[in-house]
Amino acid sequence: MFKSIVHSRGSGIALALLILLALLPLIVPRFFVYIFALIYVTSLLAMSLNLVVGHGGMFQFHHGVFYGVGAYAMALVVTKTSWPLWIGFVAGPLVAATVGLLIGWFCVRLTRLYFAMLQISLGSLIWAVVFRWYKFTGGDDGIHGIHMPPFLASLNHSYYFILVVLAISLVLMYLILKSPFGATLQAIRDNPQRCEAVGIHVRRHQLYAIVIATFFAGIAGVLFVVLERSVFPEMLFWVMSLEILIMCLLGGWFTFAGPMLGAAITVGLRTFVGRYTEYWTLILGIILILLIFFLPDGVMGFLLKTFRSQAKEGSERSPL
Amino acid sequence: MGGVTYGPAELISQLLVGLSRSMILFIVCAGLSFVLGVLRVPNVAHGSLYMIGAFVTFTISKWIGGWVGFWLALVLAPLVVALISLIAERALFCHLYQREHLLLLLFTFALSLILGDLVKIVWGAEYRSVSAPDVLKGSISMFGSSFPRYNLFLLVMGPLVAILLWLFVNKTKIGRISRAAAVDREMVGVLGINVSWVFAIAFVIGCFLAGLGGALVAPTVGITLGMDHTLIIEAFLIVTIGGLGNMWGALLGSLIFGVTQAFGVLMWPQFAIVFPYLAVVIVLLLRPTGLVKSVW
Repeated sequence: MFKSIVHSRGSGIALALLILLALLPLIVPRFFVYIFALIYVTSLLAMSLNLVVGHGGMFQFHHGVFYGVGAYAMALVVTKTSWPLWIGFVAGPLVAATVGLLIGWFCVRLTRLYFAMLQISLGSLIWAVVFRWYKFTGGDDGIHGIHMPPFLASLNHSYYFILVVLAISLVLMYLILKSPFGATLQAIRDNPQRCEAVGIHVRRHQLYAIVIATFFAGIAGVLFVVLERSVFPEMLFWVMSLEILIMCLLGGWFTFAGPMLGAAITVGLRTFVGRYTEYWTLILGIILILLIFFLPDGVMGFLLKTFRSQAKEGSERSPL
Repeated sequence: MGGVTYGPAELISQLLVGLSRSMILFIVCAGLSFVLGVLRVPNVAHGSLYMIGAFVTFTISKWIGGWVGFWLALVLAPLVVALISLIAERALFCHLYQREHLLLLLFTFALSLILGDLVKIVWGAEYRSVSAPDVLKGSISMFGSSFPRYNLFLLVMGPLVAILLWLFVNKTKIGRISRAAAVDREMVGVLGINVSWVFAIAFVIGCFLAGLGGALVAPTVGITLGMDHTLIIEAFLIVTIGGLGNMWGALLGSLIFGVTQAFGVLMWPQFAIVFPYLAVVIVLLLRPTGLVKSVW
């Protein structure tokens, strides 16, 4: 399986990019280091969503909940208990995956829009509890000033930590997608009836995919805490979830790396357009509408189609 | 929780508060559901149109002033919203009906981002309020408790909208065509009917109801940015538990949502917003495709 990574054309580019990004803090000012770290966190989040949306074809409409739950789990372990810190790092993804298992168990019983609506209602339930439970979660204020250990004390340290975790997560995601499980998942996306007919347990595979995706969303949540040292309930609100979906669409949801590009575009827009005008969502909305009209495959999908001479394996296929 | 007991008077007045909230929700959700049923578009921008309805009501009733201002706003604000939606439909939506639901949903979300920022540009980020005309101010006492008159007015408006919408869908030619188009749009096209315009009319009517809901809610809440976000999520859940595209389902869903929220306030004020979501989850687990038959 590792061969597929070593020999794939993308791996050379990815390695070169990784080295470049590792050198980044030596070159660019502090503010850009922070923005890049934020892009990595958001990228991981978008990539985790794309596992189920782009590759799994499920209407995962409330992915932000798992991101928020992972971040809150980490934040609560650090601020409310005297447990060693590593428990916080482990708790984030595990709690997120557990919540993913619970919510997913109900959702996979339904399809498409009903799947989405059940997930939105269950997710909103969690959001409402977090939003209101002042004594435990800090309510709508969130939790701020979360203390980090010395090895993450400076921004550069956090940057490298986030970059390394992102790189490992990406390799894992790639391996999962190239595994027989990943192939089955994409088959289910393209034709669930036929998969059912050849004896694949569709719901179970979908549930596994949700658990994996929510696990990675939990990691992204933990990384967010590492970077920002705070959590707030907006992470679990449905607007956040739709924003993540938009990142997948922007980058292209039937490419592997597309969602990362989408995340970079979104964070970049918010940061740099947000400097000149407070109406950056207006710009984002206009870009999205143009994209839906002219580049429905996303930016990455468009680039791949244009520059790759022989389009391989299902890259032109719609995910839904 | 616990400890405090409520007499029948409090319960009835709280029920009335819940029911009047339900009527606002119903008017908005009937529009959303109608658009979902006929056009199959999950319109996230519906919430923004509701917000615009409320802001336009504020502006008109401030310009004109007095009781005339409010009643005029109640008529004009939904029409302004309908006009905006007509422009959006003819310029953008009508090219996209053949696309995936997910893409349509993201498209309408993009539209809601744009409309939200436009509202920020026009009206700013402050809270606005509208006062109801004198006829609807104050409260009257019934069953030993006092009811705000405006809530009673809402309780009249909800059923009125339901009846009018029912008459439109079932008794007018265009309504019947739109119902047919909901079931089989190609067949309707084959019969020589311009489906594109049927869709446009259905979309505008649905959005008109969003504007009307916004105008009606204006005197009862602080009008502010972000009111679209809370509403649209509630509206989608209501439409889903009612059965997509079914007006009576939207009514039933709104009643469940509004009343559980109102009683949640009595039972456990801190977590009142949790109760309606819990109700939605229970309904979806028991009847995943909605309480009333869906047209999907």
